[in-house]
Amino acid sequence: MTSSDLNWDAIVIGGGHNGLVAAATLAKSGRKVLLLEAGNEVGGAARTEEFAPGFRVSAVAHLLNRLHPDVVKTLELERHGLTIERGDFVPSVALSKDGPLTLHDAYGEVLTGASPAEQSAWKELRAQLLRYAGVLKPFLSRRPPDLGNMSLAEMTGLGQTALALKRLGKEDMRDFLRVLLMNVYDLLDEQLSDDRLKGLLAFDATLGSHLGPRSPTSLLGLYYRLAGEIGGLAGAQVQPKGGMGAVVAAIRAAAEKAGVSIRHASPVARVIVEKGRAVGVVTQTGETLRAKTVVSAVNPATTILDLVGPREVDTGFVRKVKNIRMKGDAAKLHLALDRPPQFTGVDAAGHKGRLVIAPSPDHVERAFNPSKYGEFSPEPVMEITLPSLVDPSLAPPGACVLSAVVQYAPYALKEGWTAGKPKFLKAIMGELEAYAPGIGATVRHAELLTPADIEARYRMPGGHWHHGELQADQMLMSRPVSGWSGYDTPLEGLFLAGAGSHPGGGISGAPGLNAARRIIAMRA
Amino acid sequence: MNHHPTIKPSTDARTAAQSHFRTLRLGTPFQPRIDALGLKQDWYSWAGYRAPHSLWDEELEYFAIRSQAALFDISPMTKYRIEGPDAEAYLDRVTLRDVTKLKPGRVHYTAWCDDEGFVLDDGTLFRLSPTRFRLCSQERHLPWLLDSAFRYDVTVEEETEAVAGLALQGPTSFAILRDAGFAGVERLKVFDLAEFAHDGATVTISRTGFTGDLGYELFVPADKALSLWDRLMTAGELRGIRAIGYTALNRARLEAGLIVANADFTTSEHAIRTDHLRMPDEIGLGFMIDPDKGHFNGRRAILEARARKKLRHVLVGLEIEGNIPAEHAIVYYRKSQEVGLVSAAMWSPMAKRNIALASLQRPYGDTIVDDLWVEIYAMRELQYQKLMKKAKAVPRPFIKLDRRTANLPADF
Repeated sequence: MTSSDLNWDAIVIGGGHNGLVAAATLAKSGRKVLLLEAGNEVGGAARTEEFAPGFRVSAVAHLLNRLHPDVVKTLELERHGLTIERGDFVPSVALSKDGPLTLHDAYGEVLTGASPAEQSAWKELRAQLLRYAGVLKPFLSRRPPDLGNMSLAEMTGLGQTALALKRLGKEDMRDFLRVLLMNVYDLLDEQLSDDRLKGLLAFDATLGSHLGPRSPTSLLGLYYRLAGEIGGLAGAQVQPKGGMGAVVAAIRAAAEKAGVSIRHASPVARVIVEKGRAVGVVTQTGETLRAKTVVSAVNPATTILDLVGPREVDTGFVRKVKNIRMKGDAAKLHLALDRPPQFTGVDAAGHKGRLVIAPSPDHVERAFNPSKYGEFSPEPVMEITLPSLVDPSLAPPGACVLSAVVQYAPYALKEGWTAGKPKFLKAIMGELEAYAPGIGATVRHAELLTPADIEARYRMPGGHWHHGELQADQMLMSRPVSGWSGYDTPLEGLFLAGAGSHPGGGISGAPGLNAARRIIAMRA
Repeated sequence: MNHHPTIKPSTDARTAAQSHFRTLRLGTPFQPRIDALGLKQDWYSWAGYRAPHSLWDEELEYFAIRSQAALFDISPMTKYRIEGPDAEAYLDRVTLRDVTKLKPGRVHYTAWCDDEGFVLDDGTLFRLSPTRFRLCSQERHLPWLLDSAFRYDVTVEEETEAVAGLALQGPTSFAILRDAGFAGVERLKVFDLAEFAHDGATVTISRTGFTGDLGYELFVPADKALSLWDRLMTAGELRGIRAIGYTALNRARLEAGLIVANADFTTSEHAIRTDHLRMPDEIGLGFMIDPDKGHFNGRRAILEARARKKLRHVLVGLEIEGNIPAEHAIVYYRKSQEVGLVSAAMWSPMAKRNIALASLQRPYGDTIVDDLWVEIYAMRELQYQKLMKKAKAVPRPFIKLDRRTANLPADF
């Protein structure tokens, strides 16, 4: 019997980490699940790939800071090879000409390199940020509230949020509401004075979005970052051994253990719709596979406009889907180095951490400015990791891998990326050279992935790792589009489970888990 | 000769560049003829065009429809040309009725909805060829139609200004067309259309109309409008052809039980209050819904509303005792409970009944059709006479004329 003869309970399109989480969760509920991955390997943008002979690196996402605890628990990832210990947490180092400043442990429980006054101001601000992010945290693992049609459970959930708000106390609650939609720049100015620290926070708030620190609502990005946790600690981060692919391998093992059938190199051509109901898929090789439920863990616009097609849904819905903003503004740099670089003033522990070039909020804002007009930053800001220092197997002996997320790199570069890419790489190398003198001479191979490259290689439209800008108007009940934020779609039997759905991107597994929970709850 | 208000021209360049406001309402391609006949100077704005309520006598204009032939300018009606290999599939997705069943050379009455299943408008769809259509409606919909065309091989163009339209309605309308030399017009059955030569161009004649009577609609390039008007007027002189205004037409359409968008129901883009939105089932257009055809806009919402019994309104025909028109009267159940509103009403000379269209809140008008009352305020010498008249829900149309559908039409 071939698999096409089988009648699947669920077909999951896309073997990114969210697709794997959704598939595994559904399979654990007793469903017969088939996962179709277009590429030769699962993992999507969370793969570990060789980019130069002997050099391997986490493809897009390189730091694990928000894998949702419910995902770890539900899929028993620890039994499948994912271990995170307190010793794995790595610091964040704000690089500066004035010497580095370091946030240790979980997002700076201890701050070094700053004045005592700044340390005490940071202690207060950090506590406040985590408190406020904590109010939003429960939303991560739930469907966004359905304003028109709220169930008792959703009411209770919202009630709990209201309670969490109230628990903040009167002053804090007022302040929470005051700053919620504020820009990060002004908030930092209220409470801090050290440009290096402010620059780091401004960078984190805007990482992965088309916003500068002075853009309204930019603070939300920082809350999103801090609502994530790893190893039970909010704000913590680890460089997974084996790269992000190792995390995916654990999720994949859980999925296979639960009985998910995984097929590689099986891109889906379209979703079969019969009388308003999704009943299966046709692969690009022409094979028809039918299922009771179709779960798309690929981009929402790709799902609706390409796989389903606008003819099977209403005009207003198509309008909304077409209007999802998803032009990436971040590039990924991979360097194969002859030897580990030396960042000035940074100690050994710091080199194993996250090194951030964002010396001041103004610097981040100035880096953002050109991207509004289709130009890359001449002095880009970036977050750098040296994964082979944590896991030497990622590079040949003595050599080193550098992985960096670089902003800003607009998807639609005015001069085109063919012409722009060498210039942008030169600008990046200039920055690196300033903080790690001599690094340029050790580069054996450089791979720069612009949003256009990320789009082509990882099937992420716009090269946007959130599959849709993560801004206030595309969050919660407006993600991926208003009216359809609860993982279901206008087509019965078709669900969305990727980062384009609430809560958004990053290696969290939350959209995949929430979608699977939604499907299970509907059938229960 | 007409005397329209004129505003003294300014020498100011900026004002000159904004001269559009001097034309308070646009004229249609027939305006020179209509202005010449507009003895009553009783104009209104129809989609921005200067259209007559009445030209010389609204009673006689009405009887021209029923006893002679009436010529009514429908040029302000919004017209879209929809053309391309995917035109059929496109319209099947946009509109309610099954377009695959609409053959070339045929016309059908249809409606279209937004995602929530609320009616955006109703109108007529003309299939001019396998790949070419004309969609006519009350309101404008170009953004919606263009957005709906995403990934269809189809072009959508507004042709309201380029195409002039005339309705020729009434018992002698067929004979007039025949006498005017439109050979073959006798072969048109109701809802058929065909093209005929006119003045070096083509006129599309369909056996359609808004009167419930024998009648035709003619569409012609705007620059051939006046010659068409003259051709019909000349041929119809001895058959009683008369130009008419909207008041007369409105009476005829009410007798025929036909509804008017934004008069009998509020289109969804115009509705401000959410309880004024209407699904097809709520305005008597449920017959258009075909759950077995392919996907169409609003399908999910409409079928869900049906399944969950969420339809709150119903549009009904009412027959009201007495002879005082109940226009915009409130409808009551048991004389006390307010259950709806009359949107159009008249004493029908053809039906010899006092008739109305009303929008009621279900179950009134749906399962409860007895003990309905309307409250009519009749102005008598500066004093309202408040009348509570018994009403009963009756089927539409209120009149049925055999000549409307007769093949071939009689030579009156």
